[in-house]
Amino acid sequence: MKRCRTEIAVIGAGPAGLCAALEAQKLGAKVTLIDENAMPGGQLFKQIHKFFGSKEHMAGIRGYEIGKQLLLDLEKSDASVMLNSVAYGLFANNTIGVIQKDEHVAIQAEKIILAAGGKENYMSFPGSTLPGVMGAGAAQTMINVNRVLPGKNIVMLGSGNVGLIVAYQLMQAGANVKAIVEAAPNIGGYGVHAGKIRRAGVPILTAHTITEVYGEGQVEGVIIAALDEKWQPVPGSERAIAADTVCLAVGLNPMTELAWMAGCEFTFLPLLGGHVPLHDTNMNTTIPDVYVAGDITGVEEASSAMEEGKLAGIAAAAALGYMDAEEAEKCKNEVRSRMAALRTGLFGEKRQTAKTEQMQQMEKYQRRAGD
Amino acid sequence: MEELRVLHHPVLGDASEIKQVIIYFQGQPIPAIEGEPIAAALLAAGIRSFRKTVHLHEPRGVFCAIGRCTDCMMIVNGQPNVRTCVTPVEDGMKLEPQDGYGRGQEAGGEKE
Repeated sequence: MKRCRTEIAVIGAGPAGLCAALEAQKLGAKVTLIDENAMPGGQLFKQIHKFFGSKEHMAGIRGYEIGKQLLLDLEKSDASVMLNSVAYGLFANNTIGVIQKDEHVAIQAEKIILAAGGKENYMSFPGSTLPGVMGAGAAQTMINVNRVLPGKNIVMLGSGNVGLIVAYQLMQAGANVKAIVEAAPNIGGYGVHAGKIRRAGVPILTAHTITEVYGEGQVEGVIIAALDEKWQPVPGSERAIAADTVCLAVGLNPMTELAWMAGCEFTFLPLLGGHVPLHDTNMNTTIPDVYVAGDITGVEEASSAMEEGKLAGIAAAAALGYMDAEEAEKCKNEVRSRMAALRTGLFGEKRQTAKTEQMQQMEKYQRRAGD
Repeated sequence: MEELRVLHHPVLGDASEIKQVIIYFQGQPIPAIEGEPIAAALLAAGIRSFRKTVHLHEPRGVFCAIGRCTDCMMIVNGQPNVRTCVTPVEDGMKLEPQDGYGRGQEAGGEKE
């Protein structure tokens, strides 16, 4: 087994991990960035839509363009990058177990930033395991990264921003979106996205659900039904839609395995995707040398993941003495205020409330630990 | 068969120059693009069932496309449990649908 040392190990090279690594190495820290994929960037390269927010959040720029820029910055940086490398566990003395291709590597780090990201939720119904039923993110990867349509006629389940954006991008790639099915009485995502879909003639069926997906060995059609005010299928309202693909856009959950393994304290916040590690305003968890950033702290958007990454990167480097406390606080406050700006508005406010709750629980934990 | 490759795109533009290779699914040659995930090449060829489950032998295909769910595992060059959504295509690759854990199928890739 190969052994090596680093000052700051960042696990996950998506938007959060990239920003964390870049900030920390800019301040002079020795950084090792670890990712299981062959290329850094995480899910940024499948995001071909323009980002929201203000100018300093790189709003108006498409996700993959941001990804390209971050990769250029990474190339110019001194950070060492381990690709095709799975960080499978955290052990005593800040040691990370990594399988790089077929080689076992133990990396000892002074600070560890977990930026493992999130994964899509599943939903179970008759036929939901048939080939042709997939995550909306999976379809998005296929069309925008691999340039292959997963099918021609698509039913999207879920009208949150992922459902709306991926449905639109499936149309851009040449597929027919037959309908977006939404169980809630209202559309979940931004009106501006929903408007584009409706103008293209695609129905968004609120208060509807998929009761069954049928087909011989693969998806051939979908049965949908209307839901009453108690979310129960209305008898007689069933109808069939011919389709070869069903995309599930029913939320994401944080990939927290490593944080559990590190012994971090957690809380359950459904709005953020489930169990999330407690962290303070430095992105520091209840384990002193372990920081978190991005979707692992609660599912949000790439824009907030990037800000959290920057914050964790600055905080970890400053904790190692690469920046004096006062200067570091100034830098961190700039990031914090940009982050707060991302958590405003109809959707952002709810996330802000949940994030506040998460940090309040951290304070409570710290008070208890201090007693 | 209908074209499933996205050759033109309003945001991404036309497909850039690519190197075509050939892979074999159950012995049948399939055109693929060097470096793309195996799963993408199969979907482009209209193949959607990648394996059968252990107990009920139900078909499974691509679900997450980012290497998490393992629904897309196949026997690749005789090796079972390969996640095809994150394994790049190589010229001449031999692919077999995986049955259960793929026991007894290990040598499949070597058989001619």
